[in-house]
Amino acid sequence: MGALGQLGDNLAVGFGAALAPVNLLLGIVGVTLGTAVGVLPGVGPALAISMLLPLTFGIDPVGAFILFGGLYYGAMYGGSTTSILVKMPGEASSVMTALDGFRMTCKGRGGAALATAAIGSFIAGTFATLMLMTMAPVLVEVALTFGPAEYFALMVFALTALAGLSQGSLARGLAAALIGLAIGTIGIDVQTGQARFTFGMAGLLGGVNVVVVTVGLFAVGEVFWYAATRARSAGSRSGEARGSVGGPVRLTRADWRRSWPAWIRGTVIGFFCGVLPGAGATVASFLAYDAERRASKTPGEFGDGAIEGVAGPEAANNASAGGSLVPLLALGIPGSGTTAVMLAAFQMYGLQPGPLLFTQDTTLVWGLIASLYVSNALLLILNLPLIRIWVQLLRVPTPLLFAAVLAFATLGVYTLNNNIFDVGVVYVLGLLACVMRRYGLPLAPTVLAVVLGPLLEQEFRRAMAIAGGDPTVFVTRPLSATLLLLAVLAASAPVLARRRPAG
Amino acid sequence: MISPNLRAACLAIAIAATGCAGGPQGERPETALPPTAAGYPQGAVTLIAPANPGGGWDQTARQIQQVWTETGILGVPVEVVNRGGAGGTIGLADLVTRYDGDPRNLMVFGQVMLGSIRTNASPVSIDQTVPLARLLNEYEVVTVPADSPYRTIEELLEDFRRDPAAVSWAGGSAGGIDHILAGLIAQAAGVDPRRVNYIAYSGGGEAAAAVMGGHVTLGLSGVGEWKAYIASGRMRPIAVSSPERTGDGVTPTLRESGLDVVLSNWRGISAPPGTDDETREWLIRALEGMRESEAWQRILRANEWEDSFLPGAAFEAFLQNEVATVDETLRAIGLIR
Repeated sequence: MGALGQLGDNLAVGFGAALAPVNLLLGIVGVTLGTAVGVLPGVGPALAISMLLPLTFGIDPVGAFILFGGLYYGAMYGGSTTSILVKMPGEASSVMTALDGFRMTCKGRGGAALATAAIGSFIAGTFATLMLMTMAPVLVEVALTFGPAEYFALMVFALTALAGLSQGSLARGLAAALIGLAIGTIGIDVQTGQARFTFGMAGLLGGVNVVVVTVGLFAVGEVFWYAATRARSAGSRSGEARGSVGGPVRLTRADWRRSWPAWIRGTVIGFFCGVLPGAGATVASFLAYDAERRASKTPGEFGDGAIEGVAGPEAANNASAGGSLVPLLALGIPGSGTTAVMLAAFQMYGLQPGPLLFTQDTTLVWGLIASLYVSNALLLILNLPLIRIWVQLLRVPTPLLFAAVLAFATLGVYTLNNNIFDVGVVYVLGLLACVMRRYGLPLAPTVLAVVLGPLLEQEFRRAMAIAGGDPTVFVTRPLSATLLLLAVLAASAPVLARRRPAG
Repeated sequence: MISPNLRAACLAIAIAATGCAGGPQGERPETALPPTAAGYPQGAVTLIAPANPGGGWDQTARQIQQVWTETGILGVPVEVVNRGGAGGTIGLADLVTRYDGDPRNLMVFGQVMLGSIRTNASPVSIDQTVPLARLLNEYEVVTVPADSPYRTIEELLEDFRRDPAAVSWAGGSAGGIDHILAGLIAQAAGVDPRRVNYIAYSGGGEAAAAVMGGHVTLGLSGVGEWKAYIASGRMRPIAVSSPERTGDGVTPTLRESGLDVVLSNWRGISAPPGTDDETREWLIRALEGMRESEAWQRILRANEWEDSFLPGAAFEAFLQNEVATVDETLRAIGLIR
């Protein structure tokens, strides 16, 4: 009871701070900017926050963090829009949304897809904040038990999601994943400091950014493909999508029934992935998609406009944002690029995140937590009416729309490192996407492999080095062994039960 | 005086109105240095942080920006751009090639970059730039998990000498300052540095998690960076790499523990090649003005950074010395030939 009373007091302080007119105003600005940042390909919340940092000098830290928190959550909301409407995810964590979201748009159900994404994001964000508030100390202990062996096992488990992404042909899915693994090895190796596959190009030393891969394969690739095929076939895939604006924006009764469990599952998966530093939003969205496909009675619908395929991953990537605040606030460990910038922001204000922050700076921590609830509500209010406006995008003639997409993609990728080399890389990847499409290779496994490959490799090597080269470390540690067992089960189940014809 | 609330409200409205970042373009403040005879600096000065947002160089660049902006020493706006990748050598290459002769672009860098230049076989090197000043020292701390049996570094090194492979050292990326410290400690302890079982993480935060979770034997990072983790009681400091005790005043130095190792993760600032002497002097004066400000001293204290201001030619001589030391250590570790 005492603990509950304490929580109540803290929340009262927090909401007092979050609802102060100035802070509320900053929250509104944060979510609006965040939504814009999420919609633009390439521009992420980490960059936006670091750009805003100098402007927030001299204002109250509570206000600054309310602005940043709103921006972070807002960017997670906005990421789904371009995925669903034009199949052009701006971040790796929205790739899964593009698969079924875009098919729904083709069937005139783009509005419903955006609605399930927005409501799912609201639910996920709210529950994630609730879990952050009540369970942070416990979750921190769980996160710390994850050593290299456990991370490796988790990544192996995540790789099994591949089978679900292969859309019929496992061989093609594997080929696509191998391309991704190859891209993932480019750059300086963390363990030895040696350059791999850089061909003497300084621009490749840092590796290929996942955002560059995502934007290159999906957005730029789609534009190139359209340009290459339009002359010959008027009814290209992107062409089909046009003119399907008329569908209802509201969710039907069936949509609600199918979305609910997906939102809940996505929230839980996303939150826990977010808590683990390094796993993050992308792994969360892949696992959530896979979970939905496995839970569904009609897995054949996946990849062809299943609403769960949008609801689950969208809930997951939003919940992971809340989850990643757990190690940040409770330990001072950033679990994502955005939280790394937020950590720097804390330090600029002379604050050290960590267990002491919760007791020493009650107004700040609880103000931030309360503002996350407020941001979520604001985002729902902002985004539901916006859906009607977003779907109007589909009325824009394809050549104009795609020209704009190419311009924004170029600009967004350039701003990542202010490096023109990255723009070249994104065009090369766009061409690669055309070649892959020509031979029927799916693109999502490539992105999954680019994210998972480096984690898989580095954690494997760390675990082996710590164990003195003894490979049994993966099966003698209980958590690692359990995860590997789950991976084996997950990988063998669809092979045994495969009934769908290939192709 | 403008109240923080009013400033916040103005900020919110300004961001909402413009939708992007853009500093206020006011009159030249009275505290500003008069421009050079050649008129430098006409227009904004850009600080290149050769790293992604969030790291030490980014943080240093933004702190300099903050103090220069608040005190108005330059009389022009100050911007920070991140040019991350390849241990900072991408940013260095930009400074040397793209901004050759344009001293309105400056670069923040530090000890770690000297290592990256060698391990990345960078085509450009630091002696092509015009060094302005060393600004600060950050010393390293050696920690063990809270439940570790080791109380002192001597105890730990005893086991290390017996079986080097059984002791795992967590720190930042290979060839960085943490790795170099591991190599120097091994050398001082009489063990071949190549036998250090070094577990590289891409950041101090990840390495800290490995230490706090008890997955490695010991961890290495900056004193300021790990201050909060140590305060939380999840890891214990057993040595610092400074010449004298710092911070808590309790943790012994490596020297006190019988190891002749002092290592500082210093940070400094350089101008592009082709910067004329007059401009260089002007920039050094601007840095001196920053150093003397209360705001800068406060930042140093908050981060447990040591004021190690060393301007111009003296910094250049120091750099040459450092390059040689880093080279030698990397060779001993076996990272370069």
